[in-house]
Amino acid sequence: MSTKTKVLGFVQKYTMIIALVLVTAFFTWRTGGKLLMPQNLTNIISQNAYVFVLATGMLLCILTGGNIDLSVGSVVCFVGTIGAVLMRSNLNMWLAVLVMLVVGLLIGAWQAFWIAYVKVPPFITTLAGMMVFRGLSNVVLQGKTVSVTNAKFVQIFGGGANCYVPDFFGGTSINILCIVVGALACVLYLFFTIRNRTVRKRAGLEVDSLVKTVITAVIIVAAVMFFTLRLAQYKGLPMALIWVALAVLIYTYITSKTTVGRYLYAIGGNETATKLSGINTKSIYFFAYANMGLLAGLAGILTIARLTSAQPTYGQNYEMDAIGSCFIGGASAYGGVGTVPGVIIGALLMGVINIGMSIMGVDANYQKVVKGLVLLAAVIFDVVSKKQNN
Amino acid sequence: MADYILEMRRITKEFPGVKALDDVNFKVERGSIHALVGENGAGKSTLMNVLSGWYPYGSYTGEIIYNGEECHFHKLKDSEEKGIVIIHQELALIPYMTIGENMFLGNERGKRFAINWDETHAEATKYLKIVGLSESSKTLIKDIGVGKQQMVEIAKALAKNAKLMILDEPTSSLNEEDSQALLDLLLEFKKQGMTSIIISHKLNEVSYVADDITVLRDGHTIETLTKGKDDFSEDRIIRGMVGRSIDDRFPKRHDVKVGEIALEVKNWTVYHPIYSDQKVVDDVSFHVRKGEVVGFSGLMGAGRTELAMSLFGHSYGTGISGQLFLNGKEVHLHSPRQAIDHGLAYVTEDRKGNGLILSNPIYVNTTLANLNGVSNRGVINFDKELAVAEEYRVKLGTKTPSVQQNVGNLSGGNQQKVLLAKWMYADPDILILDEPTRGIDVGAKYEIYCIINELVAEGKSVIMISSELPEVLGMSDRIYVLNEGRLVGEFTRDEASQEKIMACILATDTAAKE
Repeated sequence: MSTKTKVLGFVQKYTMIIALVLVTAFFTWRTGGKLLMPQNLTNIISQNAYVFVLATGMLLCILTGGNIDLSVGSVVCFVGTIGAVLMRSNLNMWLAVLVMLVVGLLIGAWQAFWIAYVKVPPFITTLAGMMVFRGLSNVVLQGKTVSVTNAKFVQIFGGGANCYVPDFFGGTSINILCIVVGALACVLYLFFTIRNRTVRKRAGLEVDSLVKTVITAVIIVAAVMFFTLRLAQYKGLPMALIWVALAVLIYTYITSKTTVGRYLYAIGGNETATKLSGINTKSIYFFAYANMGLLAGLAGILTIARLTSAQPTYGQNYEMDAIGSCFIGGASAYGGVGTVPGVIIGALLMGVINIGMSIMGVDANYQKVVKGLVLLAAVIFDVVSKKQNN
Repeated sequence: MADYILEMRRITKEFPGVKALDDVNFKVERGSIHALVGENGAGKSTLMNVLSGWYPYGSYTGEIIYNGEECHFHKLKDSEEKGIVIIHQELALIPYMTIGENMFLGNERGKRFAINWDETHAEATKYLKIVGLSESSKTLIKDIGVGKQQMVEIAKALAKNAKLMILDEPTSSLNEEDSQALLDLLLEFKKQGMTSIIISHKLNEVSYVADDITVLRDGHTIETLTKGKDDFSEDRIIRGMVGRSIDDRFPKRHDVKVGEIALEVKNWTVYHPIYSDQKVVDDVSFHVRKGEVVGFSGLMGAGRTELAMSLFGHSYGTGISGQLFLNGKEVHLHSPRQAIDHGLAYVTEDRKGNGLILSNPIYVNTTLANLNGVSNRGVINFDKELAVAEEYRVKLGTKTPSVQQNVGNLSGGNQQKVLLAKWMYADPDILILDEPTRGIDVGAKYEIYCIINELVAEGKSVIMISSELPEVLGMSDRIYVLNEGRLVGEFTRDEASQEKIMACILATDTAAKE
């Protein structure tokens, strides 16, 4: 391999990470370093928690063949409405959370049924869902706002002022728990990397070169420690981060390590071949869309907790944020390609652009223009690089 | 000296891994009907696609002389402007548009952006009359029969001011009456000076209508026969098409014991999934024994793939009836999963479309049909998966830097090996191999044959569908011949010959001939 193709391959493989670094550097420079201040980093997480969760679910739908779910914004609103109304009538908060997740899942299953077993195109099914659940939210709320007063609920799921994991270590100027968690994450990462490597080497399988492994590890550890140290300087770990991390970890596992995950990729890669290999493709479609409903439920919980109320307009355009993050994060518009970490990076990129422009005081309408162009550029890149490979 | 409207000289066209056309020469006299015949994969359609500019200038070597000048066609439009119009085997009409709209699609009548509908339909009516159709040009395509649709295609070609008309299997989907009408129409056009090239498998039609017949075989021009000068009998043409000897291109099978019946099919009938009144497989009964290789011969569209796929868990067709017995017990398989669980495997003819996930690595493809074999309660054991993929890579001799390579990057032969590996790992007792060596080079073919021999040596049964007669003859213990959905012949290895099978396939009226 020549150096040129090596460099090209590297750029192609890590495009989005490189883009994220460059964009972050750009805004750090333009905002005089304000972007990386502890409070702003915290905000990137809290403000975008719903995007991370929805994009993760959306990826599963997109993997099946570029299919999207347009209804998630409305489902977020509807689930939030149900939750707010239930908690207003003093229902136990955990019961309310359970009801919200179940409602989300049922909505997902309802749409998944039409998509998977009746073969109604996903675009149409979820467009209908988008209208239906927006309308129902309005009906239930009667056009008004219902505030969420359950303080415990807000603290556990929210992203507001007091929604942080309490520091068990009692740090005063700096949040010690946050640093401990960061360090723990690094240790776990290193442990699994080393174990994986030795096991695979013993089995005589290919492994990355030592230099590459070490460099990757150093970069990841540095990034994680920088991030957690910054958070520690503010108020510590936002609760929203915990839920996002949980969702991301679970779905990274599902997509990369389980048979269901493999089948999602297989369907997007070649549906007929997958079907002829004895795989029940309908149940895989059903899984993807039912799961999207469940995650929309979780996003609904996070949304009303952060905004401490439910309103008929909540969740508008959330579906677009999720879809955009997926495509920017390297998911293919034709399906079969994309990873959860990639999508998270896509969502982060959007988040950084958002907050960076806000700090700079760029007009909100221009922000939309920029985000739209970034999305287009990402998909153009996907399409063009695919063409070259063929 | 004869006046040639078209001369194609030294045409060579390569696809990755195969030479589809090798130094082909082809001359067509003005005002004649010239037939192009050959087995499936002989290169007929490829040659016509080169001529029409479907494969643009530069993607092949050689020259095309049309009307005395050398032509470089970069797209279909280029050749159409010169009056070369190709009518494809699959009708290219849009069902929900009218005859008139279809006829002038891409060739609209009117000014700039505004279509002149009166002119469109007036012209359409004119051309419809020429081809002998009395339908209104405002009839929707879906409302007229296939035979008339074919006539509309011809009218469409005329509307493009065709001087040289190429018809690829024009009668393959027509009944006898419609076919006759179409052939007579071609003869009528000939009188008016039109030149036609017709690709056909129906040799009786070819000898009826053609002035010259060019035979292609394996991408080479074999001979050109001229009416009145050469023998135009079907036997003579068949000899040209198949005239090959079976040498040691096929590995010998030693000591394979043919055992009891592994699979038996009785009165199997399948209807087309969309046109549900059309029988695709008609009352077929056959059996396969353990350790036996059974060949299925026939033309494309004879219903072999459809038969195989309908057996494989009803993957094709509607209204399937008949009985399927495995090891003497009747089974009802309604999904590929059930078929796999009962020890069946169907290795598709279309490895890119239906077989492999090209964008995924070898190991993913290898384990796809049996992912549970490398996973524990739904969690994949990657190390085991890679080890399995590696095992089959070595076993089948797949040439690749690693099993993490994307299948799309492999050559045809190696892709075929990955596809075989996938089904071998599913551990079937009966493998249906549909065109297992299509589009791969001779060396890789030999390796695939060796794998087939190993499979039957293990006591498995192999059903091999192939359009290449030498392959069927060289590999099969028994051969079934299918034509138009019906079983029209069965030969043992000793009885079978290329001529017999070809004659059996091409006999339009099988019953009368036998």
